[in-house]
Amino acid sequence: MNFQFTEEQKMIQQAARDYAQRELIHDVIERDEKAIYPTEHIRNLSELGFLGMMVDPKYDGGGMDTVSYVLAMEEFSKVDSSIGVIVSVNNSLVCYGLEKYGTEDQKEKYLKPLARGEVTGAFLLSEPGAGSDATSQQTKAVDMGDHYLLNGVKNWITNGNTASTYLVIAQTHPDLGHRGINALIVDRHAEGVSIGPHENKMGMRSSDTHSVQFTDVKVPKENRIGEDGFGFKFAMKTLEGGRIGIASQALGLAAGAYELSCKYAKERKTFGKEIIKHQAIAFKLSDMATEIEAGRFLCLKAAWLKDQGLPYGIASAMAKQYCADMAMRVTTEAVQVHGGYGYVKEYHVERLMRDAKLTQIYEGTSEIQKIVISRAIQTGDI
Amino acid sequence: MRVLVCISNVPDTTTKIRFNAEATKFDDTGVQWVINPWDELALTRAVELKEDASSPVNEVVIVSVGLAVVEPTLRKGLAIGADKAVRIDLEPNDAYQTAVQLAEYIKNEEFGFIVCGIESGDYNDASVGGMLAEILDYTSVSSVSFVSFEGDKPIFQRDVADGKEQVEVTGTAVLIVQKGFARVPKIPNMRGIMTARSKPLEVIEASSCEPLVEFVSYKMPPQKGGVKMLNSAQELIDCLVNEAKII
Repeated sequence: MNFQFTEEQKMIQQAARDYAQRELIHDVIERDEKAIYPTEHIRNLSELGFLGMMVDPKYDGGGMDTVSYVLAMEEFSKVDSSIGVIVSVNNSLVCYGLEKYGTEDQKEKYLKPLARGEVTGAFLLSEPGAGSDATSQQTKAVDMGDHYLLNGVKNWITNGNTASTYLVIAQTHPDLGHRGINALIVDRHAEGVSIGPHENKMGMRSSDTHSVQFTDVKVPKENRIGEDGFGFKFAMKTLEGGRIGIASQALGLAAGAYELSCKYAKERKTFGKEIIKHQAIAFKLSDMATEIEAGRFLCLKAAWLKDQGLPYGIASAMAKQYCADMAMRVTTEAVQVHGGYGYVKEYHVERLMRDAKLTQIYEGTSEIQKIVISRAIQTGDI
Repeated sequence: MRVLVCISNVPDTTTKIRFNAEATKFDDTGVQWVINPWDELALTRAVELKEDASSPVNEVVIVSVGLAVVEPTLRKGLAIGADKAVRIDLEPNDAYQTAVQLAEYIKNEEFGFIVCGIESGDYNDASVGGMLAEILDYTSVSSVSFVSFEGDKPIFQRDVADGKEQVEVTGTAVLIVQKGFARVPKIPNMRGIMTARSKPLEVIEASSCEPLVEFVSYKMPPQKGGVKMLNSAQELIDCLVNEAKII
C-alpha cells in the first residue's frame, strides 16, 4: 500500500489550491448572495485544463487520473463548491460518459470542445416525477426513423442555461421499462429547447440550475449513445463516477469549514484563553479532523479503483454517502465553533453549511447510496 | 534568445520551523518544498516573454543548486513553462557556494539575460544575484520591473524613487527582481504538468568550492507580544507610563 501522491498529483492539487485561494475567494460571497454564475472563473479553469482534466489527450483533455481529480475537487470546494459542481458535472458525467460510451464521431464533434473547456455540458436525468426513481422517465424520445422526436421536461439541471451540450435520458420504448430508455446528445440551441427560470436555491447558489423543456426537438439518430435501450445503464454507470466527484466536493466543503474553524479557534478568546483550549471546542475539531480524513480515504479508494479499471460502484456510493453526511455534520459544527460569527456571511461557514445540504440530495441521495450499498451486502458483493 | 532563471528550493512559507536537537541544523522532516516565491515570479515573467510572439525570447532554462530533493521543484518549473532544467548536484551551504556553482555552469552557456529573485524565502540573504554577476563579471541590474526589446536588444526598466529608469546593458545582464516583475505566479495548466515529466532535466556535477559561512547555531526569534486594544487616549498614556515605561 502506498499513501504517497505522485509529483503530477501534487502539482494538480497545488494548482487547484492556488487558484481557489488566490482567485475564487475574492468574489465567492458576492456570487453566492446574488446567485451569479462564475463565467470568468470557468473560462480561467478551462484554460488551465480543469474542465476536461481526465479526458485522454487525444481528445484534447488533460489525461490526468481520478485521484488527481479528487484532489482538485477538494481544493476548489474548500472555497467554492459551486465551482466544484460545475467542474464535476463537466468532467465526470458529460466528458466521462462521452469518452467511455460515445462513438469516434461523437467524441470528435462533442467531446473535444468540452475537454478543451470551450463549451460546458449538462446531464439531464431528473424529472419532476423522476428523481431517485430514475426508471420512471416521462420524457419521450420517439423513434422517427432517421431521428428521434424529443418531448418532456427535465428538472434541477446543473449548467442548464450555460451548457451547450446536453446528455438527455429519455424513454423510447415504454413497454420495455428501463430497458427502453436512451441517452441522446442534444444541442442546447436546437429548435424546441426552452430553458426554465433560474432556480433560487438554498446553497450552491453560484451554479446555474434550471429546468429544461423539450418540445418536438429533432435529435439525429447518430446522437444516440450506445445501442437502442442503453440509456438507463449509461446513466447508472456514468453516475457511479459522478459520485466520486460529489463525494470529493463534500469532502472539500468539510475540509474548508474545518480549516476556517481551526484558524478561528486559535484566535478567538473566551474566559481568558483561545477557544481551541476549551475541551468543548477541541473535541469538536478532533472529530472533524478524523471524519474528514476517513472521508478522504473513501474518496481516494474509489478513485484508485476507477484508475485501476476495477469495479468502483460500491466504493463510490460509500464515499458519496459518508462524505455528504459528514460534510453536513462538520459544516454545522463549524458554524457552532464560530458562534454568532458563523451565522453571518463574512465568515464563510454558513455558506458551506447551506452548500453541504445539497450533497446529501443530488447525484443520488444518501438514502439511495444506502440502497446501493445494502444491495451489495445482500448479494454478497461486499 | 535563451533566458536563464535561477531557482531556489525553499520550504513552503507556512512551514513550522524546527531545528535538530543541537540547534545546529534546520530539521526538514515533513517539509513541503516550493519554488522560492521571488524566483517563481521571475520564471512567470520569463515564460510570458517566451509566449509573447513579439519578443525574441524563445527558450527558458531553469537552474538550481541542490540534491535530488530539488527535482520536484524543477519539474514544477518545467510545468509552468520552462523548456529545460539543470540541477547542479550539491547541497549549498551559503550564497557564495551557490553563486560559484551557478557561475561555473553559466560561463559555458549563452543567455540573453539571467534572472534571479531578489532573495530566497529561507535564509533571505539577498546575495546570490549580486555575487553571481560579480564572479562572471556581468552587469547586475536590480529592482527590474519590466523587460522590453528593441529588436533583439533587451531594455530593462528599473523602479527608482519617484519614477522608472530605462537601462541598456553591454553584454549579458543578471537581473535581480522582486514583486512587480510579474503580477502573480503562473499556475501550471494540465498540458504543462503532463509535459513536464518528458522535458529534459540535466544533472551536472558540482565544481570544487568551499563555503565561506559556517552555521554555528540557530535560535528561534522571541515570541511576539499580543495586541492590546485600547479605548481612549488616557488608556494609551497610562500604558506608556506604567507598562512600557517610556514616558
